[in-house]
Amino acid sequence: MDIKAVRDAFPILHQEVNGHPLVYLDSSATSQKPVQVIDKISEYYRGYNSNVHRGVHTLGTHATDEYEGAREKVRKFIHANSTQEVIFTRGTTTAINTVAVSYGRENVGEGDEIVITPMEHHSNIIPWQQLAKATGATLKYVPLQADGTILLDDVEKTVTENTKIVALAHVSNVLGTINPIKEVAAIAHKNGAVILVDGAQGAPHMNVDVQDLDCDFYAFSGHKMCGPTGIGVLYGKKSLLNEMEPVEFGGEMIDFVNLYDSTWKELPWKFEGGTPVIAGAIGLGAAIDFLTEVGLDQIVEHEHKLIEYARKQMEQVEGLTIYGPEKRAGLITFNLSDVHPHDLATVLDAEGIAVRAGHHCAQPLMKWLEVSATARASFYLYNTEEDIDRFVQGLQTTKEYFGDVF
Amino acid sequence: MSFNNLDTLYRQVIMDHYKNPRNRGTVEGDHLTVDMNNPTCGDRIQLQLQVNDDIVEDAKFDGEGCSISMSSASMMTQAIKGKKVEEALKMSHMFSDLMLGNEVEDSDMDLGDIEALQGVAKFPARIKCATLAWKAMEKGVDDEQEA
Repeated sequence: MDIKAVRDAFPILHQEVNGHPLVYLDSSATSQKPVQVIDKISEYYRGYNSNVHRGVHTLGTHATDEYEGAREKVRKFIHANSTQEVIFTRGTTTAINTVAVSYGRENVGEGDEIVITPMEHHSNIIPWQQLAKATGATLKYVPLQADGTILLDDVEKTVTENTKIVALAHVSNVLGTINPIKEVAAIAHKNGAVILVDGAQGAPHMNVDVQDLDCDFYAFSGHKMCGPTGIGVLYGKKSLLNEMEPVEFGGEMIDFVNLYDSTWKELPWKFEGGTPVIAGAIGLGAAIDFLTEVGLDQIVEHEHKLIEYARKQMEQVEGLTIYGPEKRAGLITFNLSDVHPHDLATVLDAEGIAVRAGHHCAQPLMKWLEVSATARASFYLYNTEEDIDRFVQGLQTTKEYFGDVF
Repeated sequence: MSFNNLDTLYRQVIMDHYKNPRNRGTVEGDHLTVDMNNPTCGDRIQLQLQVNDDIVEDAKFDGEGCSISMSSASMMTQAIKGKKVEEALKMSHMFSDLMLGNEVEDSDMDLGDIEALQGVAKFPARIKCATLAWKAMEKGVDDEQEA
């Protein structure tokens, strides 16, 4: 991977923040966008902005081709069988909520179970809490091991014949844990349940093959994988999506509308009520082109090297606690002695280094870690060892700074 | 940004309140309790107030958070103790002004240590940390007056 060429593609990286060259270590919150994506969105608005799937004019046809072309790019990217299985949503949250409401209300009832894990992002907890409350089902958790992983034995014990839905993250946004999706899917299926994978931290950082994973639903966001905000994807197996009712009704998703009754378009459009996020989808398509051109395997390898390097360098900082397992995705969540993560993040920011501080939308997990907040450095294809050196230097500076004032 | 700038945020007196919080704990006897958190960052405060005849007789807090939120809570309890409710609310408004970077001029009211927090105004991401305790106090007083 030509790191210089990669970095050159991201205009935002080439600036000073608070008098220092920017070191952006918050890609798990949202990634930066390459010029290819920015230009593609600009081209749409400048050149062929039109609504899709209506009208016969040239611009409309162009926009529709690009919008549906982006869907095909997504299909290929996640190795789905058909574009009918690729639904554009507002993001991961909307995708999960669509399944919880549409599939959930129809297939989950009193006495049934929904199984999740304590490492989930709020967006993969609350939709299931709400579904459990509405249907009288029970929400169950697969316990976490001390290192923040789950055991398949525990999944076997937690998932029963009463389980209707198993939902878990592909990659934990706090611990970096990579969950054994394929194995969990097999356990879910053996018990007659479906599995939804929250791929928000998965799809941007690894090769995803939904058919190989054999997951029933896979949800992810464009903005964490070099695409724009406001666009995400719900992948679902066609056989399931076909049986599901739309959750939003209106334009774009209908077949025939009568005074008292209507019918829906076929997949995937029946789930895309209203004018879709056209520029967002086209931008996501450009992001996929970009990532594919760089090469997912190369990105995986690059992140792996960075995380190894970061661990080695961070271990030399006294008083640092790192959370999560040895084998992890490209992020490190930590605390530095008694310094509160907000104070740490403010000092790093003064040095031009952007990290996340807080509960990372995972309050149950914070409780499990017995902390109120943590700091997180997350890496992506454009980060370098120099970024990590600056970051580790920033940690030393923080210690010195608060060592003085304390 | 140099450390000089950071020093405007992390003043000695702030770190002192953070390290040695005043009025941390619970109020004996009749009191009202307010729980408040900052959902975006996880800071959490429990404030207990004893209000008799419109006077804040006692104020204590407990919680978890960064140096700014906890020192602000410590300073606030110190400042409002013995004050009339009306004065405490006025101080809260003055504090909001301070956070907006506005000049605070009122000879009747001495903010004391609290003025050390005025550097927060230059760090917009941290203003909510500083105002958490004051918001809790306002809510407590509101609830009390409605009851």
